[in-house]
Amino acid sequence: MLVRAGNRMTVLAAVALGAVLAASGCGGGDSKGGNDKSEVEVFSWWTGPGEADGLAAMKADFEKKNPGTKFTNAAIAGGSGTQAQAVLASRLQNRKPPDSFQGHAGAELLDYIKAGQIEPLDSFYDENSLKAAYPQQLLQQITYQGKIYSVPVNIHRSNMLWYNPGILKDAGISGPPKTIAEFKTALKAVKDKTGKVPLSLGAQWTADHLLENVLLGDLGADAYNALWKPGADWGSTAVTTALNDYAEIVKYTTAEAASTDWQGAAKAVVDGKAAFNIMGDWAYGYFTGTAPNGLGKKLDTDFKYAPSPGTDGTYMWLSDSFTLPKGAPHRGGALAWLKEVGSKEGQDLFNPKKGSIPARKDADKSLYKGYLEYAFNEWNKPGVKLAGSFWHGVNASKKWHTDIDTAVGLFLQNKDAAKLQASLVSAAKSNAQ
Amino acid sequence: MRSAPGSGEDPGERPPAREGRRGGLGDRAARLLPGRTRRWLPGLLLLAPSIVAIGLFVYGLIFWNTRVAVSGKHDEVSPYKFDKGRNFVDLWDQPSWPGAVKHALLFTAVFVIGALVLGAFLAFLMDKGIKGEAGFRAIYLFPMAISFIASGVVWRWLMNPAPPERAVGLNQLFDKTGLGALANDWWQNQDWGMAAMALPAIWQMSGYVMALYLAGFRAVPEDLREAARVDGASEWKVYRYVVFPQLRPVTLSALIILGHISLKVFDLIMAIAGKQIITYVPAIATYVEVFDRHDPANGATIATYLLIAVGLLVIPYLVWSVRADRRAGR
Repeated sequence: MLVRAGNRMTVLAAVALGAVLAASGCGGGDSKGGNDKSEVEVFSWWTGPGEADGLAAMKADFEKKNPGTKFTNAAIAGGSGTQAQAVLASRLQNRKPPDSFQGHAGAELLDYIKAGQIEPLDSFYDENSLKAAYPQQLLQQITYQGKIYSVPVNIHRSNMLWYNPGILKDAGISGPPKTIAEFKTALKAVKDKTGKVPLSLGAQWTADHLLENVLLGDLGADAYNALWKPGADWGSTAVTTALNDYAEIVKYTTAEAASTDWQGAAKAVVDGKAAFNIMGDWAYGYFTGTAPNGLGKKLDTDFKYAPSPGTDGTYMWLSDSFTLPKGAPHRGGALAWLKEVGSKEGQDLFNPKKGSIPARKDADKSLYKGYLEYAFNEWNKPGVKLAGSFWHGVNASKKWHTDIDTAVGLFLQNKDAAKLQASLVSAAKSNAQ
Repeated sequence: MRSAPGSGEDPGERPPAREGRRGGLGDRAARLLPGRTRRWLPGLLLLAPSIVAIGLFVYGLIFWNTRVAVSGKHDEVSPYKFDKGRNFVDLWDQPSWPGAVKHALLFTAVFVIGALVLGAFLAFLMDKGIKGEAGFRAIYLFPMAISFIASGVVWRWLMNPAPPERAVGLNQLFDKTGLGALANDWWQNQDWGMAAMALPAIWQMSGYVMALYLAGFRAVPEDLREAARVDGASEWKVYRYVVFPQLRPVTLSALIILGHISLKVFDLIMAIAGKQIITYVPAIATYVEVFDRHDPANGATIATYLLIAVGLLVIPYLVWSVRADRRAGR
């Protein structure tokens, strides 16, 4: 009885909701599907300076190559795509996908994959011989159950240490620390001798970013990568050591960390208020860019960079990529866009403006100057090891990602490394796949 | 709002002649209806759009939310399978949840008491007849016109806990004025941070409470106060024993309004601290569960808890006010 009444209520509610949706024109109509090439709607969160210019350059090239396809830019503003992803989720649930959407390459796409919302792109890779164009390790790390679901357009590096050469000199430190142990000594020296902030930190997520860098620095690329496989041992003594180091490093961070985002934390280094900061390489564009989006600072005098301690030779990467949603209204247009995104020309047009490097191995090196030249060389260096950035979507699904964030947030309050490890173990247990 | 004395007749008993004056098509059609229907149908038709809208967008969505909450839909693809409300129990095992509840309670206590006391005090000062009262009233009410999300940005800067050499905002002010001892961690204090978080909310809402109380004070007849004064009551005693006891309904309304704002607080915290654990509250948790963790069932469970909490506050008030109305013969 109860069940039946419940069902009737459900039907009633569904009918009522359906009526409203139909009235407002949101109901999911049948997609035209097929290989419609007349149009392509590209969904991204590239609205900021640099990235929007890069997108415009790629769009211009795309329109030149596909004169019959109308390009619609469906970008939604908001840092690292939080707003955009909420909008996207509702569009996908209403079966109104854009023709292609931006997502961090890797496990962040897992929810879409499992929901059957995006299509595997292996045959697309084969047709355009992309498998040879991207580094093998990168392809391995974005493959889920033997299939690839997105086309990476750029590469950012997470494991970067930014430091103020003047403060290091005052503290009697000869150069950037090469290991976690050296790093701890350097932090102590800065604290004792200069009274500056040893390591600047921002809001909670920058502590997650720091965590992935300390894990990588202590464990090395192979053991770090293994942590994200099913059945990985987060309870090992190696992880304990790394987390104890992390706890010690966090002691040297900014007291008012929670009040600033990464920009404030990074700025403290170039302003001479903090000695070190660990942040992704987007900080370089922020330091050297002109006002109002950049700080107009000079490399070598105001700041210097190095791989974060213990991670030289490893490229902890993150990447923006594009996907092919199932039921894309203009599938032909979407495939043409993915071809542009995966092409050498497209990536060479986009990346110098965005301040990142191409994911492809065969890009035109002469276009990348300053830090980007260094990054380009590191990415393409023979024998470089790749590690995925968990915080920036490569290794962990959204749930796992949020659970680690919660564990780190609680740790920042109780400063208890053993509790942190226990919650990381349980986060891995309930989320690894 | 309430009908003036004397006009309390039942609208259904009005002479039908008044409606038929224009004799339009609708009225002629209405006349075809049996007498009783004629009495309630036009009213119902008039209210129908709002009944449908409220039914759908308030009760329909409450129903939908509850349905998700009692389901095992922990990602976007799973079906809505009933799982006996396990989520309501399991939620307490989530590491972030007990803290969120604690934060919400502390915030509510400090905010509600703070805004009530400050609001009543401001109203008391106003009531004593201050020069330029209208100006002061406006000044105290203005903060309410600003949205939490905008004032939060300013308060984020004001309540920055940086040590003296990098101090900004209030800490810098204290430092420069020799009150350095007052400088503190504000909302980044682990135990009492949420009390600091309540400060912007008190600043913003106390003017509103003041307006409520001021109206209440003004409604107390001067004769009563005079009578008390003649009997030798001091000014304080006049307020303590004559004015305040008559303001219980005002206090209760203010309590309800502040209480439900405070339990649902979201934008203020989002603007000041974002989604950090140190200031995690249930409304933020809902957002994180739905949009970051992609766990609709958990998000809906938290939303249901919030609804229950607000209900615990509002329903007794509604019952009480309906009874009071009845007692007053309205």
